[in-house]
Amino acid sequence: MNVGIGARVKRKEDKRFITGKGKYTDDVRVENQAYAAFVRSPHAHAKVKGIDKSAALAMEGVIDVLDGGQLTGDGIGNIICGWAVTSKDGSPMNMGPWSALATDRVRYVGDAVAVVIAESQALARIAAEAVEVEYEVLPAVASAAKALAAGAPQVHDNAPGNLIFDWEIGDAAATDAALAGAAHVTEISLTNNRLSPNPMEPRSAVAIYDAAEEHYTLYTTSQNPHVARLVLSAFYNVAPEHKLRVIAPDVGGGFGSKIYIYPEEITCLWASMKTGHSVKWTGDRAEAFMTDAHGRDHVSTARIGFDANNRITGFKVDTIANFGAYMSLFSSAVPTYLYATLLSGQYDIANIHANVRAVYTNTVPVDAYRGAGRPEACYLVERIMETAARELGVDPAELRRINFIRAFPHQTPVIMNYDIGDFEANLDQAMAAADVAGFAARKAEAAGRGKLRGLGYSSYIEACGIAPSAAVGSLGAGVGLWESAEVRVNPVGTIEILTGSHSHGQGHETTFAQIVAERFGLPIENVAIVHGDTDKVQFGMGTYGSRSGAVGMSAIVKAMDKVEAKVKKIAAHVLEASEDDIVIEGGEVKVAGTDKAMGWHEVGLAAYTAHNLPPEMEPGLKESAFYDPANFTFPAGTYICEVEVDPETGTVEIVQFTASDDFGTIINPMIVEGQVHGGIAQGVGQALLEQVVYDDDAQLITGSFMDYAMPRADDLPSYNVNHASTICPNNPLGMKGCGEAGAIGSPPAVINAITDAIGNNNLAMPATPLAVWKAIQAAG
Amino acid sequence: MTEVTMTVNGRKVRRDVPDETLLSEFLRESLRLTGTHVGCDTTQCGACVVHVNGAAVKSCSALAVALDGAEVTTIEGLAPNGELHPMQKAFNDNHGLQCGFCTPGMIMTSVDMVEKAKAAGKTLTEAEIRHGLEGNICRCTGYHNIVKAVAQAAQEM
Ligand code: FES
Ligand code: FES
Repeated sequence: MNVGIGARVKRKEDKRFITGKGKYTDDVRVENQAYAAFVRSPHAHAKVKGIDKSAALAMEGVIDVLDGGQLTGDGIGNIICGWAVTSKDGSPMNMGPWSALATDRVRYVGDAVAVVIAESQALARIAAEAVEVEYEVLPAVASAAKALAAGAPQVHDNAPGNLIFDWEIGDAAATDAALAGAAHVTEISLTNNRLSPNPMEPRSAVAIYDAAEEHYTLYTTSQNPHVARLVLSAFYNVAPEHKLRVIAPDVGGGFGSKIYIYPEEITCLWASMKTGHSVKWTGDRAEAFMTDAHGRDHVSTARIGFDANNRITGFKVDTIANFGAYMSLFSSAVPTYLYATLLSGQYDIANIHANVRAVYTNTVPVDAYRGAGRPEACYLVERIMETAARELGVDPAELRRINFIRAFPHQTPVIMNYDIGDFEANLDQAMAAADVAGFAARKAEAAGRGKLRGLGYSSYIEACGIAPSAAVGSLGAGVGLWESAEVRVNPVGTIEILTGSHSHGQGHETTFAQIVAERFGLPIENVAIVHGDTDKVQFGMGTYGSRSGAVGMSAIVKAMDKVEAKVKKIAAHVLEASEDDIVIEGGEVKVAGTDKAMGWHEVGLAAYTAHNLPPEMEPGLKESAFYDPANFTFPAGTYICEVEVDPETGTVEIVQFTASDDFGTIINPMIVEGQVHGGIAQGVGQALLEQVVYDDDAQLITGSFMDYAMPRADDLPSYNVNHASTICPNNPLGMKGCGEAGAIGSPPAVINAITDAIGNNNLAMPATPLAVWKAIQAAG
Repeated sequence: MTEVTMTVNGRKVRRDVPDETLLSEFLRESLRLTGTHVGCDTTQCGACVVHVNGAAVKSCSALAVALDGAEVTTIEGLAPNGELHPMQKAFNDNHGLQCGFCTPGMIMTSVDMVEKAKAAGKTLTEAEIRHGLEGNICRCTGYHNIVKAVAQAAQEM
């Protein structure tokens, strides 16, 4: 059976999950286990005047109650944003202080003020209720636009007017001139709705302090345990890196929200040292809504100009991005370098200018959520293209075709250099698979049943493979974004791959093993993937931004190149042949054109017995590599959504969802399709169902699954997923990344379809039945 | 503290627990059967579904002390002889899981759904499977492959 590149290999990791043997952080329980519960602010904005711990401390089984004064007093550092973005006037971004436990002021509902450590989880929670915090309530603001208005409540003293930065990209004058000279200008204003990532596993931490060694171990729900260790050491001063081990075991989904190092993990580590107990915290869903970084929340206006031949001449964008109460780890990069750099979409646009204002509000911090900036860009570009097509009276597919970039590499006016793609191939494939030709008949048939049928396109592009370290460094990133890998061939010939990528659903234990099995002709069972433990894997940047394939696997390939070179040297020496004549095939290392061969395991054994190695060669067979990408990768494609709307109720049914993606080389189509399915579901969730709501006092209204509509099985269709690929020229396997495409490409396709069906272009996400019904009424 | 006796995965167990202990906590903390997951606090997500006296129940919504004498099957007990249950196999065959967190609840719900349909002599349609999964949230898979898995297992069970 073929298990190599392109094979639909069933997942090796499934067995433990389907039998209930997965090991997630909350499943970890150690000796001397104590439990943490946080005392959280019920106010969106308040001064902390005093904390009375006496009632809680008097409870039997309460070990301690700790507060922000003690935490900062012990030198625990403020939580930081790791990407410096500079305002257009040259001033640095205004980052306000964020202590893991608030000291004098709370800035959003859920901001942690103190922590109770107790002998049971139930007791810790009861005791947390008994901690009395005296607040002086301050006026609060939830909306970014309102936060910018004169007289708005000030969230941080060092960010006047709540402005974190006022940033721009592109040539404003040239873009204005292009729009002034355009034959037609289309204008649009829209909101990209605020979302809660909601991985099904709540965040959790188990911190263990070994006083004799002054050493900490942290089990945590992280997408990037090494980054967590780095930040905890270098910035939060919890412990130096060699005294801190971070383990991210099985992690139940992340979608961005488990990239960041949150107050709870920091506090648990510190509290384990303070109390001498191992400290465990597992959030409940209410805490997830209240503390996991939210996503999106942009308000934008945009203008796009066309010449008389319907070619785009200029595109101008103004965006306000809500950052919440504090700057989360990558927050500043999301609405800038991950957003405005993708505003060219799939189109040849000579002039683009975008201005982005980042704003503090009294809400949960906002950071990367599946797609991170690229969905916001795609939604804006693809909504305005569809709108323009309607205004111009041009078929929306045709308007896209007229403007597609056709020659590569293509330098956009907003930094990105697209390396390769064939946008028309994806459009054609999607149109054929969706039977666009038959749509008119289906629409007429639906009309006979009293239903409004509509069809919407979205031709998305994104930048993945994040990212060339020097490039992101020049743009303000505080870290390099390479990946590392180690290939260990054991004396019996089995292989362990140690990777800095982290799997929390992506199936690395299978796909990473596939590329090794293919390369050395070994059974996939002989390859094990090791990840998620800073004591085992030397370093890694983790998994986000669809980077595990394009960056993580590239590092494995580089390490395999080194292993292969050494294997060939050993075999050439033993078999008395020239290195150039050695080939590795089907688990054998052979001299080409002869019957001289060694088994793969024999080479492994030879390397470790070291009885007969080439002169000067070190024993052993283990190689490592760091891979720094040469460019971003550019997954792209076209999605077509077909809906039926019930005009009586406003209910939307997605009757067909068709995708054509270009992900470059695909290692395992089954897993890639699964990623697309999940991404589309999240995008459809954003388009139809999901919305974080705050009231005017910045109280969180959507604090549970009763109030926040998650997509469920009967809200969604089956998906028609197709691939038309171009091979990425910038990494050894030709991969582009597939993890975010579905969430990026699908929202505009859904809204374009509904607005097509109802004949009113003015419809915001989420398109709930009420919103759609109102839009139908407004259209008359 | 109240003494509770149950048969869990075929084994008789007896524990003293506080009266407010949920079945999910009893399974996870007292018995250390951590395959049953907790994904919410409002009985909405279904990550915690187990079988109680043969029917699917959200274990976060039942008190352990109220189930004295009950027969409980968790995900760990679905394949007692080590051979996968057809539903477990179908989830693997169809890539019906990614992070695996919703999976135990999905599988336990699906087994109950198919068994009930069989008992009623019915073949489940895609729409019925989707409706039957309404109480179980998955954030990873978009449900496409879960629906396929349940349909396959329904053929094989
Ligand atoms: S944990 Fe039981 S339904 Fe969510
Ligand atoms: S597989 Fe991750 S929530 Fe379902």
